[in-house]
Amino acid sequence: MKFSERWLRSFVDPSLSTAELAHALTMAGLEVESLEPAAPPCSGVVVAEILEVARHPNAERLSLCRVNVGEPAPLTIVCGAPNVLAGMRAPCALVGARLTGADGLAFEIKRSSLRGVDSQGMLCSAKELGIDDDHAGLLPLAADAPIGGDVRELLELDDTVFTLKLTPNRADCLSLLGVAREVAAITGASFNAPAIAPVAAKSEARHPVNISAADGCGRFAARVIRNVDAAAPVPAWMKQRLARAGQRSISALVDVTNYVMLELGRPLHVYDLDKLTGGIDVRFGRKGERLKLLNEQNVEVDETVLCITDASGPIGLAGIMGGDSTKAETNSRNIFLESAFFYPDAVAGRARRYNFTSDAAHRFERGVDFDNNVAGIERATELILAICGGEPGPTADHVAQLPERKPVHLRSARAARVLGIDVGDAEIAAIFSRLGLSSVSTADGFEVTPPSYRFDIAIEEDLIEEIARIYGYERIPAKQPRTRAAMSPQHEAVRPLLQMKEAIAARDYQEVINFSFVETDWERDFCGNDAPVKLLNPISSQLSVMRSGLAGSLVANVRYNLNRKQGRVRLFELGRVFRADASVDDGPLTVAGIAQPLKLAAIAYGPAYPEQWGLAERKVDFYDVKGDIESLLARANARFEPTTHPALHPGRAAKVLLDEQPIGWLGELHPRWQQKYELPQAPVLFELDLDALLASPIPVHREVSKFPPVIRDLALVVDESVPAEALLEAMQSSRPALVQELWLFDLYRGKGVGAGKKSLAFRVVMQDTSKTLTDVETEAAMAQLLQLLVQRVGVKLRT
Amino acid sequence: MDHLEKIVSDALEQFGRIGDATELEQAKARFLGKAGALTGLLKALGKLPADERREAGSRINAAKDRLEAALEHRRDALAQLQLDARLAEEALDVTLPGRGASCGRLHPLTRTQERIEAIFRSIGFDVADGPEIETDWNNFTALNNPENHPARSMQDTFYVENQDAGGRPLLLRTHTSPMQVRYARMHAPPLKVIAPGRTYRVDSDATHSPMFHQVEGLWIDEDVSFADLKGVYTDFLRRFFETEELEVRFRPSFFPFTEPSAEIDMAFGAGPNKGQWLEISGAGQVHPAVIRNFGLDPEKYIGFAFGSGIERLAMLRYGIHDLRLFYDGDLRFLQQFA
Repeated sequence: MKFSERWLRSFVDPSLSTAELAHALTMAGLEVESLEPAAPPCSGVVVAEILEVARHPNAERLSLCRVNVGEPAPLTIVCGAPNVLAGMRAPCALVGARLTGADGLAFEIKRSSLRGVDSQGMLCSAKELGIDDDHAGLLPLAADAPIGGDVRELLELDDTVFTLKLTPNRADCLSLLGVAREVAAITGASFNAPAIAPVAAKSEARHPVNISAADGCGRFAARVIRNVDAAAPVPAWMKQRLARAGQRSISALVDVTNYVMLELGRPLHVYDLDKLTGGIDVRFGRKGERLKLLNEQNVEVDETVLCITDASGPIGLAGIMGGDSTKAETNSRNIFLESAFFYPDAVAGRARRYNFTSDAAHRFERGVDFDNNVAGIERATELILAICGGEPGPTADHVAQLPERKPVHLRSARAARVLGIDVGDAEIAAIFSRLGLSSVSTADGFEVTPPSYRFDIAIEEDLIEEIARIYGYERIPAKQPRTRAAMSPQHEAVRPLLQMKEAIAARDYQEVINFSFVETDWERDFCGNDAPVKLLNPISSQLSVMRSGLAGSLVANVRYNLNRKQGRVRLFELGRVFRADASVDDGPLTVAGIAQPLKLAAIAYGPAYPEQWGLAERKVDFYDVKGDIESLLARANARFEPTTHPALHPGRAAKVLLDEQPIGWLGELHPRWQQKYELPQAPVLFELDLDALLASPIPVHREVSKFPPVIRDLALVVDESVPAEALLEAMQSSRPALVQELWLFDLYRGKGVGAGKKSLAFRVVMQDTSKTLTDVETEAAMAQLLQLLVQRVGVKLRT
Repeated sequence: MDHLEKIVSDALEQFGRIGDATELEQAKARFLGKAGALTGLLKALGKLPADERREAGSRINAAKDRLEAALEHRRDALAQLQLDARLAEEALDVTLPGRGASCGRLHPLTRTQERIEAIFRSIGFDVADGPEIETDWNNFTALNNPENHPARSMQDTFYVENQDAGGRPLLLRTHTSPMQVRYARMHAPPLKVIAPGRTYRVDSDATHSPMFHQVEGLWIDEDVSFADLKGVYTDFLRRFFETEELEVRFRPSFFPFTEPSAEIDMAFGAGPNKGQWLEISGAGQVHPAVIRNFGLDPEKYIGFAFGSGIERLAMLRYGIHDLRLFYDGDLRFLQQFA
């Protein structure tokens, strides 16, 4: 909502500066988004009468004007405007005048010589005054403009354009009248409502109107006006107010309807009476009916779209936009005015369905006063007669079914409880009265009947908000609440998320946050997902599907940083991933059909360590990153087994299992993707379920033995293809009780072991809690381990 | 006894000159050993007359003690020299950088979110998170924002192909407010929770990101008022920015799910943004229709909710001017948040 401050002040003129008025509006919920001067600063510009126009002796396109600016002697001014005429009045910047250039900088008009002739000032176009882009010629002023008078005053250039950011509940403020009413309520200044007198009919001309859809159209006031001059020029004052409200002047009839809409908040429509085919019927559309709108758009309507129709079918979308076939044009002679009330529910969402919006739809969707239909007609008639002439018929007010305004009960105690402050009944009553809400006192509060222009007062809270708004949010105290001091549960078996994030950051991974929508290719390449969850309205094709894994985003991050000369990139991200999954039902934290678990993924690219003096450089590899995972899962017992994964090198990919449940994967990027995504080296990546990472079993203490441990090694030779874990599992399967710990400490290939073989060495720690072990016992235990290995894996003791 | 004096002075001279432990022991043998010079004198005592023997003996023994003390002293000195030499040799350039891996950092938004959580936890708020692909009901209808309501156009919504049971397309949550409903349906009042997380709107320019973060706050009890909202949120901002020099103002606004509704602005008392009102949050008393959708009786339960942009808080806290930096994944930016 945009308007001229002067126009507003013609209805209500509080003794507040422009800035104070703007602040008052903002603090009452009508946020002032911007304040702009109607015109840039200027001084010394006066009304000039052009007495004489002669050819410039030395220049084809310049004129030599004798100009009366109210001084005893006329001035001589050189002018280049094509529309300069003797007898016209135009703005003249005198010598010494200050104007604002297109660059926003001030400049002064000086006496100057133009092609050998002295010019004593400058005749101005609208653009030179900064009020319009029109620089085709001089700005013509009214024939009765006072010669020598200040143009700034004449054109009301000392004005400010207010732009309000109105919330959808305050449709009543989508007009000067509405804002003025609100300003009066906020400031207490008196409100001078525009006086609208009925315009007497000069003929009996009428046009029939029928309302078939009373649930869509509550009222339809109408009037016929014959013999108008629709091509008549629009008066400057109207153009100016429209311009400052952001409306370009189009034609007299259109401008009048726009003006009344802005002034009273009353959308109107003008039909060319001669183009109507029979009476008007307001009804819902029928499947298959079509019409061409004023904006040239062809639309098809149905039973949900309220239409204005005549015998030819739909001629307008009710409350949204008129049709092309019946529109009034500058050659129209006889017109038909519509001033209707359409229910918000009958209009809401319809324009959006056709992918456009209009000022009328914007208002009707939110609620338009159903009590000023006739006033709107009268005001429009008055303006049309003044500008275009014509003979009005009688105003016909067709009322079908108007919205009910049920009284709303306000309990003063409830208001005090919700607001945290007791405003007091006297003040509440005063607030209602200032807002024009008619109220009666009851035993515990008030009964309030909202006016026809308010569509946002239906429940008690609506009234509480009005009380708070006018009382002033600033006057409500900021309290520190008193509250129960119940302790909250602290689950030790779930590691706090932050602790987990810090643990991975401590392993030298930088956290990133990426968009949840990605390229279709990433889903296919890194997740093997040909059916990702697709956005219906993506912002771009690169952000068109929801990611089901985090790897693609991390690979893109690596490339981004490589392009910026960062050779070592280690990143992690925690985020939800999304996949269609019919097994998911609607639940407290789930949405049927979509699995959206939280995952933690990381990528390591480049040297294992930052370049430094004390370590030889080597590339990060699978086992570095596996070590990172093992440290993250230190509190649990993770197992890794070979796997295949679309993102990964098939020989360097592992599935991560926790308690035999898969919780994610780890591996080196597939060489194919390394090439496609232009990475000079292969990064190592992993992705794990967050839940698994957060699981942190509560420790249970075990007795520490007082007796010395016995430590023995076991060096074995096996086929290269036997995984290390097979040996560990074999020993663990039937481990002698006195074996406390057991780990792989060496891997050897080469001389002495034989081709296709490898040697694995294990360290075994044996201990008893009740006695010192004897050689016999430890030898027996070692023999048992070896026997398990021989039987189950087929190892040989390395000699 | 010039001879004894000579032996002593020779021995002391030699002990003092020798710089090597082995040589020192050899010198010791020359004077104090079995065939040493002093030992020779002791052996010769028996040849002296009895009256001289006693005095000569004590003089020789005194000389022997003197030499042994000198020897011990020299031994210690040599050991110290040796240790000093070794220590000097082993000295490190302690200014060389330490070895091994460096350390990653948390994202500035995580850091900000953590601060917010810590502040609200300190007065007993729970922290919750939930789905980002949501149903129309949870994102809009349950929050008193029915279909076709003009308030829906306040937010441009991303929709996905998949649909809910009623055939409506699922959507990317436009705010964290659906968590109000979900949390309320999972817990009994009093409800006291914040819900930070990712949110999405169809908007992309220098000041809007199609994905951003919000933190929702909800406090429902029998007597939680608008004045409490003012107190809690003002307190939060002063704790978050660690300054009392911070003005907070509440002005009327409209959200379908709160009434009265407020827009919260803040202004710093110092620094580059001093005195400038900055929009920081939307808030209000939870609408009775929403309380009913929580499964609660609005006559009994009232309270407030707010929704704040985490990016906005982070930008003001750390002096970041470009929203897009959060999502570029640029190490040069991210590593500043140590």
